[in-house]
Amino acid sequence: MSSDVMAIQSADAAVRSWTEVLHEWVTTVDHKRLGVLYILYALFFLVIGGIEATIIRIQLVRPHNDFVSPQVFNRMFTMHGTTMIFFVAMPILFGFANYLVPLMIGARDMAFPRLNAFSFWLTAFGGMLLYFSFLGGSGLYGAGNAPDVGWWAYAPLASRAFSPGHSSDYWTIALLASGFGSIGTAINIIATILSMRCPGMKLSRMPLLAWLNLVMSGMVLLAITPLSAAQLMLLVDRYLGGHFFDTQAGGSATLWMHFFWIFGHPEVYVLIIPCFAFASEIIPVFSRKPIFGYPVMVGATVCIAFVSMSVWAHHMFTVGMNSYANSFFTITTMAVGVPTGIKIFNWLGTMWGGKIQFRTPMLFCIGFLFQFLIAGLTGIMLASSPFDWQLSGSYFVVAHFHYVIVGGILFALFGAFYYWYPKITGRMLNESLGKLHFWLFLIGFHLTFDLMHIPGLLGMPRRIYTYEPGRGWETLNLIVTIGAFVQGIATLVFVANLVISYFKGAKAGNDPWDAWTLEWSTSSPPPAYNFASIPTVASRRPLWDLKHPEDPDMRYE
Amino acid sequence: MSATTTSLAGTPLAWKLPYRGRVGMACLIIAESAIFTIFVVAYLYYVGKSLSGPTPREVLETPIFYTICLLSSSLTIHFAGKFLERGKRGAFLSLWLLTIVLGGLFMYGTGQEWHRLIYEHGLTISTNLFGTTYYSLVGLHAFHVTVGLIMLSIVLLFGLAGRVGPDQSARVDVLSFYWHFVDAVWVVVFTVVYVLGR
Repeated sequence: MSSDVMAIQSADAAVRSWTEVLHEWVTTVDHKRLGVLYILYALFFLVIGGIEATIIRIQLVRPHNDFVSPQVFNRMFTMHGTTMIFFVAMPILFGFANYLVPLMIGARDMAFPRLNAFSFWLTAFGGMLLYFSFLGGSGLYGAGNAPDVGWWAYAPLASRAFSPGHSSDYWTIALLASGFGSIGTAINIIATILSMRCPGMKLSRMPLLAWLNLVMSGMVLLAITPLSAAQLMLLVDRYLGGHFFDTQAGGSATLWMHFFWIFGHPEVYVLIIPCFAFASEIIPVFSRKPIFGYPVMVGATVCIAFVSMSVWAHHMFTVGMNSYANSFFTITTMAVGVPTGIKIFNWLGTMWGGKIQFRTPMLFCIGFLFQFLIAGLTGIMLASSPFDWQLSGSYFVVAHFHYVIVGGILFALFGAFYYWYPKITGRMLNESLGKLHFWLFLIGFHLTFDLMHIPGLLGMPRRIYTYEPGRGWETLNLIVTIGAFVQGIATLVFVANLVISYFKGAKAGNDPWDAWTLEWSTSSPPPAYNFASIPTVASRRPLWDLKHPEDPDMRYE
Repeated sequence: MSATTTSLAGTPLAWKLPYRGRVGMACLIIAESAIFTIFVVAYLYYVGKSLSGPTPREVLETPIFYTICLLSSSLTIHFAGKFLERGKRGAFLSLWLLTIVLGGLFMYGTGQEWHRLIYEHGLTISTNLFGTTYYSLVGLHAFHVTVGLIMLSIVLLFGLAGRVGPDQSARVDVLSFYWHFVDAVWVVVFTVVYVLGR
């Protein structure tokens, strides 16, 4: 493999036709190319999911709006949720993990390169299948119809009687396929981290990004699989006449809820833990200090992973569980806040007394810190079951989880883009455009999601396609929609920055941020074999040791 | 192209990490266990909740013989692996073949049971909740046995062609790890379906 690629690199690039380039990318098993494919694929779906969100927001901009029909509105929020979770957030995080983990642990590739390619293409075809439902959802006999049962597809809404045609089947099979892809990637990440580390890279010296991705992958193994199992049951119900979720034959609709949320809640942590990982790499570099409390960070992450497996039914307080279940899930949900709080204090401790450089990656990480804190606080509010009885299914909940996903996950992801783009492409992202992107997005985000809490408190339910005037929701909804457009413009600035900087950006060099982890020791972009000779490390910050032989870290470990 | 990194004193000379195949298989087994757990939970949750017959007590017969077949195949595959490690090709191949035969017998037993349930008792996957959960759980396990048998047969073919030697021992071990898992799952399925579920 590597000799192959070396030959290609030395050959004249102009000789290769676009078909050869395409062939190389489609058949690649290189973790860096697959990482880039994952990221590009996710960005494509980010645009689609963003357009769906915009359609939802335009429809809700004023009472009795008729921008889209109720049917289309149902499809839009279903597709928006499904797309953003399964075909944007998961693949983009896997893309970064794929790209960075082998580089950070001094390996030349993932443990199973072909499984890696297979997992990517499974996910990719899953996404295509989901969107093919617009054409094939009603079978040959009707007009196009996308899934419209909400992203959690509660029973019996997803049964044959209430969801005729094939729309729910496309949803199910798309998620099954991408789920198997996720499991494959998780297996790969774990095997890579446990079996491919370079000499000296003990688990206690591993970069936090690798540690956190290890925990995330372990969670994928335990959290995505229940969804796959439940999807198989749904398929049995829909195609073979089974009765798993058929209440008329003694089945239980609540069981689907349990199975879905046993997946659904850990999934949030599967998405946020890699973002913790980005913050844990970026904040120390731009504070010019090593991470504060490394072992505690690892411990807190493992702790979050454990506790988050036992909080799922806080999504179901209004279903009518008994008081013991309600108390249990209230307590565990609140308990998750403790290790998360520890992590926030550790990041603050890292920044404390550091020489903070307010570059774009750091700005996004600071935004992440504060917004994730607020998202966590509304989470603690909703964890209290009596409070949840009032607000479950309202826009307060929508605001809460978008605060986590946009304010937390997306901000950290943007930080990661600005931080590692130089490594991936060899060019810096434009700093002024980056700051414009940050401030625009910050303003748009707060316009939308701060204010979205209030209609929820005033009683506006989620998933309604329109509402009556005179309930005090109009102005708020108008501003929320304006905020969505500001975020859209900010995202366009970001995309423009990605494209312009790819061609015109300043050359990055190997190590533009004066960072300490192994990926910065190789060229930008790294060669196919990553490292000419496998590195040996003696501390958590191998590049610090190299740059400061008079005072290496290993003296203090 | 790439700057070499530190090679400082204090790094251990012997640097040995676990075999990636074994780690990968262990992860797959964890993931599969979670899938089976969900199906087992569904089975147990729905025990006795069928609104119509037939019930497990009426129609299920405990498949003792076929269970013994499957469980003993764990022993044969274990010793096959040991023989391969020591380079005893003949013993390896015959025990490997015996494993496949035992696995095949188990599948035959499942097939026979399903045939009896369908044609004598009219129990299909859509008859009642018991049928739905029973065929899904047992079928999911049978699917895993089938996949295992296919992989075992591929190894057998390579072995007969003389391509499997002590060098491949670690890889063959990964496969036998999977087979042990399939057997262990049967212990759970057996307990749930034929002991607790009746």
